[in-house]
Amino acid sequence: MKNTIRQVFHSPKFVVGFSIFVLVLLSLFIYPLFVPGNPLQMVGLSSFSEPGTYVSVYDAIDSEPDIMKLPEADAKRLADKLNEEDRAAMKEWLLLIGIPEADIDTTDTKSLLKLWEEKYDPSLKPAGMTMAKRNYYKRLNTNLEQALNASEVVIATENAETGALEEAKVVTDTDYINTKDVINSITLPLGTDNFGRDTLKELVSAAKTSIMIGLIAGSIATFIGLSTGLLAGYIGGWVDELILFITNLFTVIPGFIILILVSYGIGQENRGATTCAIVIGFTSWTWTTRSVRSQVISLRNRDHVNLSKLSGHSLLRIILNDILPYIASYVVMALILQISTAILAEAQLSMLGLGPKTTEIPTLGLMMNWAMLYSAHTHGYWWAYFPVLLIIALISFSLNLMNTGLDQVFNPTLRD
Amino acid sequence: MSDTKPMCLSGKGVTKVFGFGEKKTVAVDHVDFEFREGELISIVGESGSGKTTISKMLLGLISITEGQIFFQDKPLDINTRAKKKKYWRDIQAIFQDPFTSYNVFNKIDQVLLDCIHMRGGKRFSKEKKLEMMTEACSFVNLKYAELTNKYPFELSGGQMQRLMIARIFLLKPKILLADEPTSMIDACSRATILDMLLNLRNEIGMTIIFITHDIGLAYYISDKVYIMEQGKFVERGTADEVILNPKAAYTKRLISDVPKIYEEWDLSTVNSTARA
Ligand SMILES: Nc1ncnc2c1ncn2[C@@H]1O[C@H](COP(=O)(O)OP(=O)(O)O)[C@@H](O)[C@H]1O
Ligand SMILES: [Mg+2]
Repeated sequence: MKNTIRQVFHSPKFVVGFSIFVLVLLSLFIYPLFVPGNPLQMVGLSSFSEPGTYVSVYDAIDSEPDIMKLPEADAKRLADKLNEEDRAAMKEWLLLIGIPEADIDTTDTKSLLKLWEEKYDPSLKPAGMTMAKRNYYKRLNTNLEQALNASEVVIATENAETGALEEAKVVTDTDYINTKDVINSITLPLGTDNFGRDTLKELVSAAKTSIMIGLIAGSIATFIGLSTGLLAGYIGGWVDELILFITNLFTVIPGFIILILVSYGIGQENRGATTCAIVIGFTSWTWTTRSVRSQVISLRNRDHVNLSKLSGHSLLRIILNDILPYIASYVVMALILQISTAILAEAQLSMLGLGPKTTEIPTLGLMMNWAMLYSAHTHGYWWAYFPVLLIIALISFSLNLMNTGLDQVFNPTLRD
Repeated sequence: MSDTKPMCLSGKGVTKVFGFGEKKTVAVDHVDFEFREGELISIVGESGSGKTTISKMLLGLISITEGQIFFQDKPLDINTRAKKKKYWRDIQAIFQDPFTSYNVFNKIDQVLLDCIHMRGGKRFSKEKKLEMMTEACSFVNLKYAELTNKYPFELSGGQMQRLMIARIFLLKPKILLADEPTSMIDACSRATILDMLLNLRNEIGMTIIFITHDIGLAYYISDKVYIMEQGKFVERGTADEVILNPKAAYTKRLISDVPKIYEEWDLSTVNSTARA
């Protein structure tokens, strides 16, 4: 037994899979310690805010600024103001008045502006340029001049009596405030979802729930499959026929269809995460039954079982003592596979809107469902669905890797 | 060997068919037999002739397709688990392959304790059980102190088969079915094991049904010999009748395969001529 475990932990595939899984689990439990709170709490009133740190503008104005002069600060501001279209237009003008193309670098804001300042002349009328186009250049030039010269913004408040604006505060381009001093700020490493909820917090909670669903459903499926498989295989006769009949019924009607029908029948309001897990567990045991049964059939005529019979052992003792240990490794593998299948089944169900109810607790499937309903994928809000996919992939990859590792240890013929 | 001894096990038209349709195999085909108490009966046949199948039927481990087995002249009735359990107090077995005969998850102590419990020793004191296990082990030249807390697979094939004999020593059944108990172990251990089996027979006076493919060995140890060919008993009788005066062609062939059949047999020749 000890030896087997040591062997298992010498299988690189198992170790890698196991490590990934443990790491995922650990982070799922550690993250909420640092970022507590309800994962379904809405923080944003707009949906799909981009990942980043958000500080309150209102509070920022109230904070006492420090004066700083950062190199390139102006250039960066200008660069931010000048979009690609404007840069292309500037280049077009410069080319028209005969500047060689080699001298114009639209990516270098500083040199582009310098060139522009030297060469631009609003009175010039390059051949073939329409009036509208010339006006566009004038506007562009004014904008640039303003941006270059303006160094102050005045914050004004409205006087309650007169209705006149009164200067409350002047913000200059050298004012900086520490983000720590802003009373209200929030860091959203994965932005917000369509409901304005912290996607990362939601994801952590969802992954935990999904793994729990996997564990419950996997255990139920394995337990049912194992007990029916053991009975059918060992006792045989009518017990075997009855169990096979039921198993075949469940196989003929695909498990997923039953799952959909049962989930639909239960109704949205009654489907908690646990209910979902139980439903998944009760519809996915058939292949465990089949494989355990065939393993038991090949074991039941072995001489060690015969010897146990000759020693007068009871049916239960023979099954538990002489059959079960021989298929234990196999059962562990089946359990791992069932867990991974159940996690995927929950995701599929939720995508169809048949998952757990949406008001209680998030699951990976629900998050995918929401992202899909609100077209996150077509709008490029990658943070709403990609991390979910990644977690699903990571969990099932690690579980399957563990399984392959176990398989190689227990079925040495597969070893490469 | 007179035939006046009480009947132990007998059979009429005993048949075993495996599978059906295309895959149908008649492993044992309408055999009759009469095994009397205290005898050592050998069943001799080539591999695949149905020897193991008939032994499993006698043990009640597989069902009988057709025919009837009688135990002490009464039709064998082992329809319920309780009856089977009772029957298995009277009949025990040593299987062909010691490496697959033990549950690899159980320690040796468990194997021996099970036997004591089966003989009604559940309530015995720890010391008493220990004493019985030590005695059984020393009967087969094993040291209990060295075996305790070990697993069967840590022993050699010969040691495992000796442990099987220790088991029988504790169980003291009326009948022992030994299914080629020496065919899977090295030649050196073979003679020791046979020796121990015969000692055990003298000790507790049981009927032994000895299954072997080695007609020379059968001649050396048996009172009665049954020759089995493709599921049928083609010849039967006392060892001298069958082997010194064979009638069936199959028996003649088996005998001609063993060069030193007419010589005096002792354990050392068993050793040197036993086929692998
Ligand atoms: N469980 C089984 N299912 C199908 N065929 C079997 C089974 N057990 C034995 N047989 C067949 O019955 C025949 C006799 O086998 P067996 O009794 O093991 O022979 P022996 O012990 O003399 O070598 C063989 O042809 C074998 O293939
Ligand atoms: Mg055999």
